[in-house]
Amino acid sequence: MSTKALLVDISRCIGCGACVEACMQAHNQTGDYEQAKVLSANNYTVVQERGDYYVRRLCMHCLQPTCVSVCPVGALQKTADGPVVYEAAKCIGCRYCMQACPFSVPRYEWTKVVPRVAKCDMCATRKQGGTACAAACPEAATVFGSRDEMLAEARKRLKDDPAGYVQHIYGEEEAGGTSVLLISPVPLEQLGYPGNLPQDPLPARTWAALSHVPDVVTIGGAFLLAIWWITRRREEVARVEAAEAAALAVEPTTSGGEVFHGKHH
Amino acid sequence: MGNIIKLRRFGFWRAVALILFGLGLASIWVRFTKGLGAVSNLSDQHPWGLWVGFDVLCGVGLAAGGFTITAVVYLFHLKRYRPIVRPAILTAFLGYLLVVFGLLVDLGRPWNIWHPLVMWNPHSVMFEVAWCVTLYTTVLALEFSGMVFERLKWERAARIQHAITLPLVIAGVILSTLHQSSLGSLYLIVPNKLYPLWYTERLPLIFWTSAVCAGLAMVIVESRLSARALGRELELPLLRDIGRALLAALGVFIVLRIRDLWERGVIDLAFKPGYEMWLFQLEVFVGLVVPFILLAVPRIRNSARGLYIASLFTVLGFIANRLNVAVTGLDRAQGGHYVPAVPETLITLMLIALGFTAFNLAAKHLPVYPPATMSRD
Repeated sequence: MSTKALLVDISRCIGCGACVEACMQAHNQTGDYEQAKVLSANNYTVVQERGDYYVRRLCMHCLQPTCVSVCPVGALQKTADGPVVYEAAKCIGCRYCMQACPFSVPRYEWTKVVPRVAKCDMCATRKQGGTACAAACPEAATVFGSRDEMLAEARKRLKDDPAGYVQHIYGEEEAGGTSVLLISPVPLEQLGYPGNLPQDPLPARTWAALSHVPDVVTIGGAFLLAIWWITRRREEVARVEAAEAAALAVEPTTSGGEVFHGKHH
Repeated sequence: MGNIIKLRRFGFWRAVALILFGLGLASIWVRFTKGLGAVSNLSDQHPWGLWVGFDVLCGVGLAAGGFTITAVVYLFHLKRYRPIVRPAILTAFLGYLLVVFGLLVDLGRPWNIWHPLVMWNPHSVMFEVAWCVTLYTTVLALEFSGMVFERLKWERAARIQHAITLPLVIAGVILSTLHQSSLGSLYLIVPNKLYPLWYTERLPLIFWTSAVCAGLAMVIVESRLSARALGRELELPLLRDIGRALLAALGVFIVLRIRDLWERGVIDLAFKPGYEMWLFQLEVFVGLVVPFILLAVPRIRNSARGLYIASLFTVLGFIANRLNVAVTGLDRAQGGHYVPAVPETLITLMLIALGFTAFNLAAKHLPVYPPATMSRD
């Protein structure tokens, strides 16, 4: 079974905010959806006006999520269906997920005494299936389906209107691929999305360092023990030699004479 | 007359410490009743700030004297350095306690601080960091306990503590190596956010090497400070040896840093106008160029004052480096500038005051410095 994904088509979005309103209702959030301009603990998605375009922001639900890899306690998990979900009870509040997310998506409840990380959960627990935002979109600017279907749909739209789109599916390769795919008439980098992302998944970067930990412990431990042993041995030898030299200096006529005996021949 | 001045100075610093404790505790009260946002300028754009950049990154780095000096004395058998072992262990132990204290303030859910011990994610650098903090603080507590046992004349406990020195020292060196480098590894995950003057795949190595420099410099700085406060200090010949080691370590670090910038082809950024350029130049000038030149001059290297000043520069440059990685190097990508809030800063100042107070108390009441070096009083 293919994982689920969202396709966001910037060219179709009319900026009505229905997705924002539906998202807030689905997550029992209160407030005026029309005023929501940046992601916050109270808005898991927003529609931003950028020049002539309306641009949706939400968690990208990466295929190999950075947040999942950096969380020390596994409070963030990628489910088999595609959503990246958060379990507050495990969280220690280190906020490494916020720092590490290449799309800077996770938000925090800064004014709460028992704060949570807040971000889109792709309606992972929605009874009807699918996502509230896709169901609410009147223009099919956001559609929900399997990732393969969404990629096929994106390719179809790019092909049907080659002049209307940049021929690139944002999220197909970025940061190792995401479960939110975007197509747009102008490069996404011009609409506030990061443009300097590597194609390889970011968790590989830290794993390159972490995978050396067993070596440091085992080889490092053996190395240090060897140094201790060698320098101690050297010290013992030096001590014995010093004692012998002292014995020579004290009794030059008896034992000293014997030691040097061989040299006279 | 001299005594009165000394007493006044002592009274002044004591008053400063008490005020900082009061203000810090008040800030902590607000933090736990109104949330992190009420006392800090941390935000969704800047989730890590002064507490991570200074309390944790600098606290751990400045504690690095603990593992280097114990390794030199117990593993390399350079007995000459024995008088520094205890002050270095004390510094490291207090440093780690303050890091844990800082974490309890910074973590959103500090009551869950033990979770990484049972909920494993070996792919997370933070998981490694959590284990290193826990294990190395334990090792340091055991290493420190020797001084307490000696003071209390618990001979049996002291003998047992003495018997496990070797495994403790080896564990300490390994855990420190992992921990110092892993604080750099934390930032390997943000290649698209951290400014290229600081982002490099060699961050773990750079963090480890600079921590060794900072740890050595701290030993010299402390000896000087405790000489002023308590009339106890290390002998000059020993300090000169540490100064030479620091010079060598700084040399290695300078080569490493320049080679890294050169190989990645970003050395021109060091001269490309922008606030990153100024901060990078400040860090390199204060923390590397000045102390290296000072220590390279024999007349300065051989004087107590020269050693102290060179070490102070090293420590300040180290702090600048860590803050650049943790805060300013990320500002451009995160948008806007993060400047710590007043209560946020007060909590950090309280931690520093706590560190100085605890060090002075320990140096006064425990056999930290060997009796022979108690020169005055």
